[in-house]
Amino acid sequence: MNWRKIEEEFFLVMMRLASLLILAAFLAIMGTVIYYGLPALSWEMIFSAPKGGFYLGKEGGVANAIVGTFYLACGATIVSLIIGLPVTLVLNVFLKRGSKLAEFIRFSFDVLWGVPSIVYGAFGFTLMLYMGMRASLLWGIITVALVVLPAMCRAIDEVMRMIPGELQDASLSVGANKCETAFKVFARQALPGIVTATLISFGRAAGDAAAVLFTTGFTDAVPTSLAEPAATLPLAIFFQLGTPFPEVQQRAYASALILTALILLVSIAARLTGSRLSKYVIK
Amino acid sequence: MASLRKIKERLTCSAMMMLTIASGLLLFVISLGLLLRSREILEMKPIMELLTSSVWKPGRGEFGFWPFIAGSLWVTLLSALLAVPVSLLCAVYLSEYASRTVRAIAGPVLDMLSGIPSVVFGIWGVLALVPLVKDYIAPMTGRFSSGYTVLTAGIVLAVMIVPLIVHVALSVLRSVGNDLRDASLSVGATRWQTVKLVVLRKAVPGLAAAVVLGISRAFGETMAVIMVAGNVAKAPKGLLSPAYPLPALIANNYGEMLSIPLYDSALMFAAFLLLAVVIIFNIAARLILKKMENIR
Repeated sequence: MNWRKIEEEFFLVMMRLASLLILAAFLAIMGTVIYYGLPALSWEMIFSAPKGGFYLGKEGGVANAIVGTFYLACGATIVSLIIGLPVTLVLNVFLKRGSKLAEFIRFSFDVLWGVPSIVYGAFGFTLMLYMGMRASLLWGIITVALVVLPAMCRAIDEVMRMIPGELQDASLSVGANKCETAFKVFARQALPGIVTATLISFGRAAGDAAAVLFTTGFTDAVPTSLAEPAATLPLAIFFQLGTPFPEVQQRAYASALILTALILLVSIAARLTGSRLSKYVIK
Repeated sequence: MASLRKIKERLTCSAMMMLTIASGLLLFVISLGLLLRSREILEMKPIMELLTSSVWKPGRGEFGFWPFIAGSLWVTLLSALLAVPVSLLCAVYLSEYASRTVRAIAGPVLDMLSGIPSVVFGIWGVLALVPLVKDYIAPMTGRFSSGYTVLTAGIVLAVMIVPLIVHVALSVLRSVGNDLRDASLSVGATRWQTVKLVVLRKAVPGLAAAVVLGISRAFGETMAVIMVAGNVAKAPKGLLSPAYPLPALIANNYGEMLSIPLYDSALMFAAFLLLAVVIIFNIAARLILKKMENIR
């Protein structure tokens, strides 16, 4: 065997080991969450809100946080879709290919995508104080909408860029104006991508903790209006784990299992709908 | 009717343009907002003192950020040291060697790994890594440790940034034309020689950008770090001492910051610092990637 072969074999082994290591880390995380979470999981955890003394180990569950997470993630995803869809349509339909403004906005989303959520949290908090308001579900939704907006826009933009320019020409040539082209042709063509982007954003919004820490507050009640504070699962996990009581820490493990299951389900749904819807798209 | 249609178009058009321009300004607005809020402390103290002093006593008006900056540097650099070789090897494997089946498994696994929320990474750190460091690794060096250390945080962060680095590195490697590979293979180079001398040489700037993006992600990560780093406001002395990185500082003290003068301004300055570093890293990385034929 010559040294070329040996070198090749050596690196191949290293590469396989590295890939296996990543797989092992993933399995270890899932294994840990399931191993500790499953025994602590009960119907009471899922369906009841904390009762008195919950954080001392008494009765109750995390229904408040599950509902809160759902409201927050839905709200934030809808808000960022309402902003993100028009913006990506402008980038792809209204502005010419290679337009400086479009380039700049794409670049700024790329950079925003890398901004950590704690910074959005601090900014949302600043804005909230500036408006003279208190922590509430509404401010949580606004802050988290900003967190997921860049990912949403990048994902939709990526699909829209693939749409052939001829489609736009065809639409304009039969008398449709730019708005109609944007919403009736482009938005429909990009629908699978939009659905996938929405689901991915939902997952990110549901798992985010650093941004809601400042702006959403925390409460044991199930929120009934936008002006009330709300609990979310990630924060519930964080607070439960922070108590010195083993019974409460058990609940953090169960809550982590619930959150992980929720997010994995959403990510699988994103994959499936993406491929299912794409059969209606003109290629 | 025709005019109504026109009015509708005008209105939607201008509303959409405004929304687009507003979102383009978001980065400036965020930076400006945080800068304005940290102005108070910047007027009171020279910036060099804030960055280099290690005395952190908010109650007495002493704000030295050095312990937190040092903590951030320790955990971030350690995580990069651990994650970069593994991620790059994995990316090269997936792009140059792996079979279709392996790729079909690797894609979803990496997606799911990047989708796991950071609190769950934190829980994993607390349940699996903290006891490991406390009961096995620290005794091996003959020292006592609580398990909440730079090392623990570095490992957790490393696992968190692996999917990002692999993802970007993969798209960089894919952008290297197949004709180059074919040419190299056809003159008798082995697959590894092709990778080493042709593909990697072409991909180096892009791979560097992938690493920079990973580092900046680790630098800003909050919840997982806060759970495992120990949070002691002293600059770490080694892998087995606790750390208190900047994001953890901000997240841990939001509750009391309004009751102590200058405290909120100091924390907003910390957020601004974080943002400034991350923006610089991201702009650099994105400019490199953009040069390499629009990789996202």
